[in-house]
Order: sequence, then C-alpha cells, then structure tokens
Amino acid sequence: MKISLQWLREWVDAELEPKALGSALTMAGFELESIAPAAPPFAGVRVAEIVSAAQHPQADKLRVCEVSLGEGGALLQIVCGAPNARAGLKTALATVGAQLPGDLKIKAAKLRGVESAGMLCSAKELGLSEISEGIIELPADASVGADLREYLALDDTVLELAVTPNRGDAMSMRGVAREVAALASKSLVSPDTTPVPASRGERPNIVLGAPAACPRFHARIIVDVDNTGASPIWLRERLRRAGVRSISPVVDITNYIVQELGQPMHAYDLDKVQGGLTARLARAGEHCELLDGRIVELQADMLVIADEAGPVALAGVMGGARTAVSAETRRVLFEVAWFAPSAIAGRGRRFGLTTDASQRFERGVDPEIGALAIERATRLLQSVAGGQAGPVVTVEETAHLKRYPAVSLRVPQIARLLGLSVSADEATALLQRLGILRQSVGRESSGGETLRFVSPSHRFDLSIERDLIEEIARLVGFEQIPTRPAQVAQVIQPLASAAATEQRLLDTLAARGYHEAIHFAFVEPGFQSALFPDVAAHTLSNPISSDLAVMRLSLWPGLIKAAMENQRRQQPRLRLMEHGVVFPVGAPESDRIAGLAMGPRWPEQWGGGREPVEFFDVRADVAALLSLAAPTQNIRFEAAVSRCLHPGRSARIVRGDQPIGWIGELHPEHVRRLEFVSAPILFELEVEVAFAPARQTFAEPSRYPQVRRDLAFVVDEDVSYADIRERVLSASSSALREVVLFDIYRGPGIEEGRKSVALGLILQDKGRTLTDEGTDRLIESVKGSLVAGLRATFRE
Amino acid sequence: MSDLATLSQQALDEVAASTTLAALDEVRVRWLGKKGLLTEQLKSLGALSAADRPAAGAKINDAKQVVQAAIEAAETKLAAAEVEAQLAAGRIDVTVTGRGEERGGVHPVTRARLRIESIFRQSGFEIATGPEIEDDFHNFEALNIPPDHPARAMHDTFYFPDGRLLRTHTSPVQIRELRKGRLPLAMIMPGRVYRCDYDMTHSPMFHQVEGLVVNENVSFANLKATLQGFLQAYFERDLRTRLRPSYFPFTEPSAEVDMSCVFCDGEGCRVCKHTGWLEVGGCGMVHPNVFNAAGVDAERWTGYAFGMGIERLAMLRDGVSDLRLFFESDLRFLRQFGAA
Repeated sequence: MKISLQWLREWVDAELEPKALGSALTMAGFELESIAPAAPPFAGVRVAEIVSAAQHPQADKLRVCEVSLGEGGALLQIVCGAPNARAGLKTALATVGAQLPGDLKIKAAKLRGVESAGMLCSAKELGLSEISEGIIELPADASVGADLREYLALDDTVLELAVTPNRGDAMSMRGVAREVAALASKSLVSPDTTPVPASRGERPNIVLGAPAACPRFHARIIVDVDNTGASPIWLRERLRRAGVRSISPVVDITNYIVQELGQPMHAYDLDKVQGGLTARLARAGEHCELLDGRIVELQADMLVIADEAGPVALAGVMGGARTAVSAETRRVLFEVAWFAPSAIAGRGRRFGLTTDASQRFERGVDPEIGALAIERATRLLQSVAGGQAGPVVTVEETAHLKRYPAVSLRVPQIARLLGLSVSADEATALLQRLGILRQSVGRESSGGETLRFVSPSHRFDLSIERDLIEEIARLVGFEQIPTRPAQVAQVIQPLASAAATEQRLLDTLAARGYHEAIHFAFVEPGFQSALFPDVAAHTLSNPISSDLAVMRLSLWPGLIKAAMENQRRQQPRLRLMEHGVVFPVGAPESDRIAGLAMGPRWPEQWGGGREPVEFFDVRADVAALLSLAAPTQNIRFEAAVSRCLHPGRSARIVRGDQPIGWIGELHPEHVRRLEFVSAPILFELEVEVAFAPARQTFAEPSRYPQVRRDLAFVVDEDVSYADIRERVLSASSSALREVVLFDIYRGPGIEEGRKSVALGLILQDKGRTLTDEGTDRLIESVKGSLVAGLRATFRE
Repeated sequence: MSDLATLSQQALDEVAASTTLAALDEVRVRWLGKKGLLTEQLKSLGALSAADRPAAGAKINDAKQVVQAAIEAAETKLAAAEVEAQLAAGRIDVTVTGRGEERGGVHPVTRARLRIESIFRQSGFEIATGPEIEDDFHNFEALNIPPDHPARAMHDTFYFPDGRLLRTHTSPVQIRELRKGRLPLAMIMPGRVYRCDYDMTHSPMFHQVEGLVVNENVSFANLKATLQGFLQAYFERDLRTRLRPSYFPFTEPSAEVDMSCVFCDGEGCRVCKHTGWLEVGGCGMVHPNVFNAAGVDAERWTGYAFGMGIERLAMLRDGVSDLRLFFESDLRFLRQFGAA
C-alpha cells in the first residue's frame, strides 16, 4: 500500500514527519517497507505556455516553439521533438541551467541550426513516469511561470506499507488515515460525499442472484460522459504516487475510489451491456473474456456479474472485455457492490490473478462505505469528464449482511493476557480512538468489570474479546508491555538410561570422519527408481521441478547424488552422513541415519592408507555407532541381497531378532552408470529400533590369569566367519572370553578355493586358574568341531 | 701395605678407564666381588696379629669404600650418558603431520538446532516432533486458517494427490501436542518444513522451531521474556528485542520478533538494511479458536507460541550469507564445521 503524505494530510490534520510516521506505523502493525520521494530531485523546471509552434526548417520531426513564461517576459525559442507540442499547450519547460534527473544539465543549444533556450519535458524525463507520451500536458488554468515542483506539489514523500490480511480496512488512504489519527489522537477529515442529485431518470436493473455472496449492490447510470481525453494532472499524480497507472478518466475515477476509500468499483460501458445486471454464481462451462484479454473458464463457485448475454465480470476480481469502457464511452454504469469475502477468496488466484479489488474483497470491505463511494465517484467523474447522473439504485438483502453484535470485554482479562494492567476507563479511551464505542458497563460476580463495545462498520474483524485486547495492546504499544519471566513449576523429566541422543550419534560419526549433509526430502523419480525399482513413492502434485517430484524412500539417493557432485568438484574422498525421515508408502515416516564412504581409507597422508575404503572399514563405523545403544554382541551382520548393492558385499544389520538396517557397496552396475571413480560404501539404520535404549549389565572381571591360544587352519572359501565363530563358541566352555580374528590369507601355499584363517582364543575362568590340561581339552574340542563341521584342516 | 695403596690406585684407574656400564660392572666384580682383588686382601688379615687386625681391616674396608664410591659415581655418569645417547638416537620430527582419520562435522543447521534445543531444554522445555506429511486439518484448519483464507496464499503448499500436504510450518505439532491434553506444557517443536518457493533467499525445504507454553495465566509479558532470554542465550550477547504487531491466524495478539542487528549492534548496516533491526520470527498469544480446535478449554488456559527459522539463526550466528550453501553438500563448505 503506497501512501502519499500530501494526500494523507488532507485526511488527518497531524504533523507527519515521514520517518517518525513510518516507525509509528511499523510499531502499530503496518510495517514500513520503503520510504521514497514522490519525484526525483530536479530544479529549474517551470510551467510554460507554447505560444506558437512551427515546423523546423531542417528536420521533419522537430518543431520550433515560441514559449512564454508569463509576466510579459520575452518569448523563448525552444526546439522540441514531441508530436504533441502545439500552440496553446501548457507544459513543463526546463530552462537554461535547469538540473534534471540523471545528472542532466540544460544548456542553450543549437538543434539542426536553430537556437533552443531550454527543453520541453515529458513526464519520463522528469522521473514521473516509466513511459514517455510526449511532453507533459498541464491544465489550461495552470499558472504560467510557476515552478513545476510547486505547481505539481512534487515535494512529497511516499511511504510503502505492508498491510496484514486481517486489516483489509486499512487498504486505503482513509483506512491508513484512521490509524494515524488514532495513533496521534487527532480527528479525521472526511471528503465530500454529499449525494449528487439525479438530473436524469435512467435506472439500471440489478438482480441479486446469489444474495449470500452479494447481498448489496449500488448502481448508477451517468450519461454524456466525455472519456476521450486524459485525466487531469492532479488525478494522474495521485494515482501515480499510489502506484496505479492512468488509463482514462472513467477508469481512473474507479481506481481513485479504491485507493481513497478502499471500495473497489467497476464501470461498464452501458451501451455494451445487454439488459440488466445479475450478480450470480457462474454456471459450469461458462466463459468470460477478462479485461487483460484472457478468456477464462468459470467454475460453479465463482461469483460473476452477468447481463442477458452472459458474464461481464468475474465479481470482485476483474471486469470483462465485452463491456469495458473505452474512449468512445458516453454512457457509464457504475457498480459498487459488497461481496462476501468467502465468495471472492482464492477465486482470482486460480487464474493467477491478484488485483486491487480481489485483495480488498477477500480481506473484507466496509459494507457501509459503498453508498458514500458511489456519490464520491459520481462527483469526481462529473468534475473530470462531465456527465448527467441518474439516481443511485441500491438493491440489498439485509438478511445476508453480517450483523456486528456488541463485543464484551472483561477488564481483568486484559492484565491476564498481556501482563499489563489497563483500567476500564483507559481501555474505553483507547478503543474510542479507533471509533470502537462503549455501550454499557457491567460487573461480574467475581468483581471484575465487563464492558460492551460496538465497533464501526469497517472493523468487521473485531468479533471476540481477544480482538479488543489486541487493539488495546497495539494502541498502548507492545514496547510498554513488561518483560517478565513466567513462573514455572519445576517438573523433572524422565531420561532414558542409554539415550543415544541425536547429538551423540552425529558426534560419534563425525569423530570417525563423517560430515553431516542435509538434502531435500524430495528427489528425482528416475534416480530413485533406478536404485529402488518397483518400490512406490509418494508423488507431489505440484513439485517445484520434475527432478524434485517424489518423496525419498531412503537417504541414499541424496547421499549418492552428493557423492557425484563432490567427485565432480574434485573431492574424491568423502565421508558423508545424513539424519532425517524417509517416506515409505503405506507405512509411517521413518527416522533414519545413513552414511556414505568413498575414496581412500585414510585422508592423504604419509605412511599408507591409500587403498580404497571397503565394507569392513564402514562396518566398524556402524558398529561403533550402534554400540551407543546396544552391546555389540547383540548386533549381527547377515549376508543379504538388496537391489542397489553389490550382491556379494551387502548385509542386513540385525539387532537381537530385529532388522535395523543395511550396509554394502554400491552395485557395480550403478558405479559404472553414475561414473564413480571408486565404489561408495553405504549404510542406513532405522533410528528408532537401532538405538532403542537397552539397559546394559556389567560383569566383574575375573581375578585369575588369562591364557591365549592361537589356531590357524584352512577352510573352504564359502565358509563364513560367522559359521566359524559359531562353531568355536558352541565347542568351548564358559572359559572362552573372546575370539579374535587376526588373519585371513589366500594365495601361495593355500589351495585354490580355500583360505587360511587365524584365530586367537582368549580363555579365562571365573573361579580358578585354568590348567594346561583343561585348556588343551578345550582347544581339542574346538579343533574337532571345526574339522568335523567345516572341513577345516590344521597344519601341525 | 704399600700394596694396598697400589691396588686401590690400580682399581681407581680401571674405574676411570671404563666407558660402558658393562665394563664398569666387570671392574666392580674384579675388585669388589666375592673373589675380587680387594676383597681377597681381607684374607691376608689372618696372617696379622690380633692387635693389628682391626686397623688393617679398617684400611682395606676404607680402600674398598673408596673404590665403591668411585664405581657408583662412574655408574651414574655412564648411565646418564647412555640415556642421553638413546634419546639422541630416538629423536623424531615432531613437526610432521599426524596420521589417521580427520574429524568430520555436524551440519551448521543441525548445530544451530541442537543449540536451540539445549537452551530450551535447560530451561525446562520439552522437545516434540511430528510428521512432515500432514493433513489439511493440522496444517491449516485447526490453526484457524479455513479454506481460501488469504493467509493460505502466503504458504505455497506442496500437495499430494490424496489432499495431504507437506507441512508448511511446524505449527501442526502444536495441535498434535495440545490434543494429548497434558497441560500445563512448555515445549519446542523443531523440524523440517516445506514451501513451494525456490530462489536466492528461499529454499523449498527449510527448518523451523516452534515454541508453545500453556498454563493457567501465561501472558504476553512472559512471551517477551522467553524470546529475549532465548535470543540473548543463543547469540551470547546482550542484544535488544522488539515485538512488532502483526497477524497470524493462530495467535492474537500476534507480533513479529525483531532483535538488534548482531552485525552493527543496532547502528544500521547493510545486513539490517540500515534499520538496526533483524526480523527473526513470529509469535503471539494462542488464539482461542486454536484451543477450541485442539479441545483445550480456552477460558481456563492461556498460552503463547513462537516460531523462528533455524537457517536464519544459523546464518546470523555463523556469518553464512547464502542459504543455498546449506543444501549443496559441498565438502569444502561442510569441512568448516566441527562438532555439534
């Protein structure tokens, strides 16, 4: 909302220092977005009259004008290229020495051999318009010789304010003036809205076909209107400062009323309207060509204004092209209607339309302002474009007009809610500044006073006690409300014993080299389905782009994409982790933590670690992470096949009996397709089950000496370490403390298809020192089991 | 007895000539051992008269002690020299870089969120979360945003074909928590939110933290204290805060939260557009319609709520100026952040 301070001063008699006013409005809820002069600085430009205009002898497009600055001074000779430079025109002359915007200084010059003592200016040259339409045309009564800045009152400031959606009433000069008056405790000045008596008898025929959506409609016919010229400069200037483009006198008047009173209105060319007007809901399949030239298909919940031939306006949003006023329009039909916000809200947006009218109607327009607006519009139109007015026809169904009952305010509630005591009298005085009047005073049984208030018609947003308390807070000023910590009862919260907090999870992986990444939760459909074929994903109806169209099923697509990006950025060694939810179809959102490792085992350094990272390195990272919540012996890695992982290098991670995640090397097919230099290793865990708190128990260490026996044997390649370990454990007694795998060897000395495995068995009894015999027996039992069960061979 | 003097001198000469601890030990054994040359001298005492024996014995013992002392002194010296030599041989270049894994790091947005959570948790707030795919009721309707409400235009919402949506703010968690009926409560609700908007300053996914305090008499004055306390704790500065009237359908009165600019201390600079203030969130007293929708007695309870963008708080604290850096996973960016 752009507010010219000059215009505002006509409405409220207050000192309006721009910056102070801007910050006062900001603190009243109307945020100042910008503050700018109404016109850029320029000097030496005066109102001048062209006395004669003759063709330039050397140039077709130039004219040589004799220009007067009045007071009997000598005529100045000015060469001008504008087609509208003509004798009798009053316009703007930049005299020699004038300073124009854009650092342009006017000097006496010779144009094609003819002297020119200055320059006749267009609005664009003075920074008053974006487009150039020839030199400025000033009214015939403009006082020749006057400084143009003074004549056009250009020394004005324009404040741009943000108006929140609940304050449709403030989307006008009148509305802002009311706020300023209330803040400054000044009174409001009203414009002339005395009725214009009818001098003609034409009465429009108006029907309310959807009275709930449009319960009130004022209309009036004005004939003999002259819409051929441009609007007068004062009107154009006002609209310009409000950010509205001048179109024609009739349209400008309707736009002026919107800006001034906040009442959107529409003007029809009556000669193009067939029969009367009906405000009704659109019929499915109906079309309407709008003023912007678009033909839209209307929907059944859209309110239209229609004549006998069909819709002529999308009500409250935009008029139609068929009945639009033009320069030839002589007979005008004004529409000033009240539309229910619910009937307008969102309708324009379905066509991508947000107009001055729709913004106001969907927030709400003062239902009583229409009657004044149509009189104000008539009066202004007659002064600008002449015309004879018929009577105002008002059609209404008052049953559908909202009633605004009095609102009760329990005075003690103010202090309860705000933490600031406001007395009944203070509250009454504050609200009165907004025109909210006290109707009665009562007393509650609890002793507190209850006041009843009636709001003015434009404050239809005030319907409950809370609304009044908000207005009181706003007028008192939020800065006057104290800052006071709440008195909170102490409540001790439970804390899980082995809480693997997010912070511990992330810090554990960070300590092992992982950097956390955050990726969008929507991913590229093709990229995801290549990794997880045949798994359905949630698809957005309105994705921001086609490569962000489906919800992720795993954190891997994001991590793999990031790995590709980093490889491209010449960062081939990568340890990334991510924590976030994924969105399986038909199951609840699942909280996951995942990681990706790629490139050399260690960062580049002296003394090794340049071999590529492999499954076992990442497995150790996962084990370290899982140890935050569960004892390691409860975790198993079981060979399993996942579609996007290397079938021989992937495992399902199981805690107790519950699968909790996956680990593995990216499938070679994807490694090739995505052009990875080395294969990424991936893992993903379901946080809730993987890190469910488990209470750990601890055993006293034995006080007896421990014994270590190493076993080296050869088994078939397909014998897994899990099988070996299982055999060792079941063939041992409780004296076996720990099994350490310390070597796996394949190669010379070992037959093809076999591997040598070396284990350290650490033995220790709880209650006594182990004897050599006892230890030997145990080892023999283990050996026997390995030989019998796994075809192990021991070398002596 | 001149023999003894000669022998002692000879022993002392050998001690002096020993250059290693092993050689010195040999000298000790040769002279002072059980069968050592000086020890042997004691055997000659048998040939002396009983009257002469004590004096002669004492002389021999004296000589032995002198040699013993010399050996000990030499031993100390040689041991020190040996340690010295070992140390010299074991010298390494301590300026060479270390080996092993480098530290990774936690994302700056997560760091900011965890910091926010810690501050509130230590002030007695609980932490709650909710689903990211929401329904219209929790995201809009229950928050006093009926269909076609102008406020919906400000939430560019992602929808699914079944009418569900990606939550546009963390406020639906308020509704879910309020409907549990455990009052009074003080909680924050951090999480990811989504808006269909993508440019220099907007990301289609970002993070918010929502706060909610409900009790029998909490007031706007309490809200001011919570926000001021939080912002001062988060930024570790004595900054000023300002609440400015605004509008949110789910609170009334509603306010925008401004704090004095952390870059210029409120003097005015490019970051705060020369206003001296930075907008960091929205807040207000819970609207009675929200309580009604959540089944909370709006006469008995009052509440305040606030919401802030975590990216913005992270950017202001860490001096990150481009929002998009957060979601590009550029290792060169991420590497600059350490532990949570």
